Amino acid sequence: MSFILTCPNCGGRPVDEFSYGGEITSRPRSSEDERALFSYLYFKRNVAGDQREWWFHSSGCREWFLADRDTRDNRVIATALPGGLDG
Amino acid sequence: MASPRLSEHRGELIDRNREIAFWWDGEPHTGYAGDTIASALYAEGVRVFSRSFKYHRPRGLLCCSGQCPNCLVAVDGEPSVRACMTPIHGGMRVDHINAWPSLERDLLHLVGRATPSFGMQVGFYYKTFIRPRWAWKYYEKILRGAAGLGVIDPLHRPTERFEKVHRHVDVLVIGGGPAGLEAAIEAAAGGRDTALVDEGLALGGHLAYSGHAAAGRAAELVQQAREAGVLILQPAYAAGVYEGGLVPVFQGTTMHRFRAAELVLANGAIEQPLVFEGNDLPGVMLGVGARRLINQFRIAPAEEAVVVCVDDGGIDAAVDLANAGVAVRAVVDTRDGTEPDQRLVLADIEHLRGFAPVRARGRDAVTGIDVARGSERRRLAADLVVMSGGSVMPHGFLVQAGGKVRYDRELRVYVPDRLPENVRVVSPAGGTTSDVPAKCASASGKQFVCYCEDVTTKDVHQSVQEGFGSLELSKRYTTVTMGPCQGRMCHRNSGLVMAAELGLDADAQQVGVTTGRPPHNPTSFSHLAGRGYEPVKRSSIHHWHAARGGKMLWAGDWKRPYDYGDADAETAAVHESLGLIDVSTLGKLIVRGPQAAEFLERIYPNRFGDMKLARVRYGIVCGDDGSILDDGTVARLSETEYYVTTTSSGAGGMEQWFTWWNAVWGMDCQIVNVTSAIAAVNVAGPAARTALAKLTDFDLGNDAFPYLGAGHAQIAGVPCLLLRIGFVGELGYEIHYPSAAGEYLWGALMQAGEEFSVQPFGLEPQRVLRLEKMHVIIGQDTNAESQPLEAAMPWIVKLDKESDWIGRYSIEFFKRRGDRLALVGWEGRNGAVPKEGAQVIGATGEPAGRITSSRFSHRLGKSIGIAWVPVGMAEEGTAITISDPSGSRIPASVTHRPFYDPDGEKLRS
Repeated sequence: MSFILTCPNCGGRPVDEFSYGGEITSRPRSSEDERALFSYLYFKRNVAGDQREWWFHSSGCREWFLADRDTRDNRVIATALPGGLDG
Repeated sequence: MASPRLSEHRGELIDRNREIAFWWDGEPHTGYAGDTIASALYAEGVRVFSRSFKYHRPRGLLCCSGQCPNCLVAVDGEPSVRACMTPIHGGMRVDHINAWPSLERDLLHLVGRATPSFGMQVGFYYKTFIRPRWAWKYYEKILRGAAGLGVIDPLHRPTERFEKVHRHVDVLVIGGGPAGLEAAIEAAAGGRDTALVDEGLALGGHLAYSGHAAAGRAAELVQQAREAGVLILQPAYAAGVYEGGLVPVFQGTTMHRFRAAELVLANGAIEQPLVFEGNDLPGVMLGVGARRLINQFRIAPAEEAVVVCVDDGGIDAAVDLANAGVAVRAVVDTRDGTEPDQRLVLADIEHLRGFAPVRARGRDAVTGIDVARGSERRRLAADLVVMSGGSVMPHGFLVQAGGKVRYDRELRVYVPDRLPENVRVVSPAGGTTSDVPAKCASASGKQFVCYCEDVTTKDVHQSVQEGFGSLELSKRYTTVTMGPCQGRMCHRNSGLVMAAELGLDADAQQVGVTTGRPPHNPTSFSHLAGRGYEPVKRSSIHHWHAARGGKMLWAGDWKRPYDYGDADAETAAVHESLGLIDVSTLGKLIVRGPQAAEFLERIYPNRFGDMKLARVRYGIVCGDDGSILDDGTVARLSETEYYVTTTSSGAGGMEQWFTWWNAVWGMDCQIVNVTSAIAAVNVAGPAARTALAKLTDFDLGNDAFPYLGAGHAQIAGVPCLLLRIGFVGELGYEIHYPSAAGEYLWGALMQAGEEFSVQPFGLEPQRVLRLEKMHVIIGQDTNAESQPLEAAMPWIVKLDKESDWIGRYSIEFFKRRGDRLALVGWEGRNGAVPKEGAQVIGATGEPAGRITSSRFSHRLGKSIGIAWVPVGMAEEGTAITISDPSGSRIPASVTHRPFYDPDGEKLRS
């Protein structure tokens, strides 16, 4: 990976300044449905295409933010602080 | 035989006034400043530079341009250095590689000699050494020893510092020949920020080795480029085009990470060898190699030469050779025709048209060449055979950048087809307009297609016979194009040979094209690793420890004292009187804001919202899968402010964890990592209160400041956060204060403790003290699967908390499921200390559990520790057997109560 990612605070930076936080997930609100709990914990959707995911600017401002990225070619469509992306 | 230098000449790279002495295989040699290893040795008569990969055939200079594998040597312990691209410096130690006992007499050469007609067929190892099966282990030892080229010196440590530089430019030009220079000048003159990279020893591309006038033109272009403000990196090489348009450029010890709005490819064309018998003998050289020796280093490469060629590249070489005083016996030209070339007529050189090379003669060096036109044969004597087989534009960068190539029937090479928007190709496409003979059909000996991997025409023939019908497949079988040259010397020719074998016409498109992957040139791991951006961390008291005999060891990113020479005495001091330990390495976070309490309630399994002010509480942090991530203490400083400590190695991770959840939840609180701003010292032992009282007015009395109290105090004039916690089992205070006062306050504490024979103590005594209290160390006694219910901490998990918290649902599941394992303490019954990691075995000797901590406690007079065991073995008093790696069986019994001061009376005293 050597693409450029745009930090909402610092602007475009090489991706190796960041830590990947994984695709966004939806956290269950109880342990009743064990299948839902385990699939949240241990399964990823791992899409080939646009994915919304977390990034942390670990070698920079240490801000967490969201990115929409095409996992097939690492094209970054948009980045924003939480709540700042459409959809 | 040494070659005297020719007269001085524009474009030469050597400084005849400066002689430089260096070593070649232990013998002293000299050259001029500006000489490469290759040119200096060639001038002194060295002709054999390496032994080939498989057959250990002697190999001499071929391209002198850094494109072929023939001159790889070891320099000052670094293997696989290209001698033709590396300038000499004083005292340099240059050694041959891949030959034993010497370059001249190489035993493994016999392998090639013993099988003269057939050679080692493709897949020889797999096919030959498979039977008898039991013998493989013996074969393997010998084969492993024979494999590979250079030897890595395990003691060699690079002393240079490798750096990375980020460069963002408008235009990056790869290649400093005339096309590249002109493109760069134009871009820079147009106001664009432009950089140019060239891997050669001199800028100007072919102009640099094409004589007087050309060298003048090169100098002119370079001058213009500099005046236009082009950033020129030379010698430096681009390693490839990576994702996001990243082009790493390596120059000396620096990696320039280029991102350019426009990439201009001007990396020229590479002259190709011809395939005939003996085309690898020392003395068979490419035109460019001979011309560089003549024009850049002013060496006449031989006495008599023959040139074999498919186009005018050979004519150029012949003229240069003649001008250098070499007797050129003939130019053997595969092109038909009756009129000799005018330049050859002027130089009085015979032009043999329509002839092709058959075999180069000679055993360890070339003595002549046989050429043929139909049935007509000619034998020519020469100590140099110059090949000029047309040229090929390397298309690796182009394809990596997302472009496509197509085969051009006219030029007989691949040319750019579709280019991405921001990529431009400016160098000529190369190629040649006449047919290139694939190989010599009438020769019987080895005709090399690939110099790197010793692949011959027979190997390609065999791979086709065995069904490998395309170049991509054959490549995987024969390894053609997979050596250090990455196909630069063999891609075109292997395609031609393959096409001939398959009965296709010479249109190499039908056999396919291989993928040119980065890096383009051999690149060292030091370059890729760079300098590292995670420096060693030292506490503000580090130098005190080091000066007082602290054995400083790595502990995560930190250097910490293991002990100060006597771990047992340090342990005893804490129990009996007073000890001091530097705990500045603890991670420290401030959580502040109206929702700070609620935030911590959601992060931790235990409660923090109900905490009174000026109190401190132990807590663990779990992942959402219920696993224990970290532990530490949390002190409440005000309604809206908490001071959180984490483990020493967990600081960065916990900061990320906290801030991530804060981003997810969007709560009104801030998290600040103050780890390096704050020093911390734990003062422990029965004398702790008395000693500390000497330095502060703060009321340390047990009623005013009880166990688990937290308060702000001035100690020796330093503003401190004082926490009454003791993880080493005795009365203790943890003092957090500005790290600027690190050594000062530590010194004051040492002085105050003098009358109590205070001892600084290190990590090892701390381990023993903690173990005596049966404190679980996260990451030592737990792993990624450990959850608090099983890890002896069910009390910390508040499943009745109103709020949701991280790990709650998994732990609810674990609670329903019931425990399977238990983390327990154990006491040895015979004083033996098992190794950490030893197994706890069941009734029939089967592995049942695992020792995670073990030490001998002198205080208690027995071996103690912590272990994971199945719940069936976890009852208080259960007798267990530990199987130590030493082979001994150690009897022990399970216990759940701390070994020392089980009720914590000392802590609370």
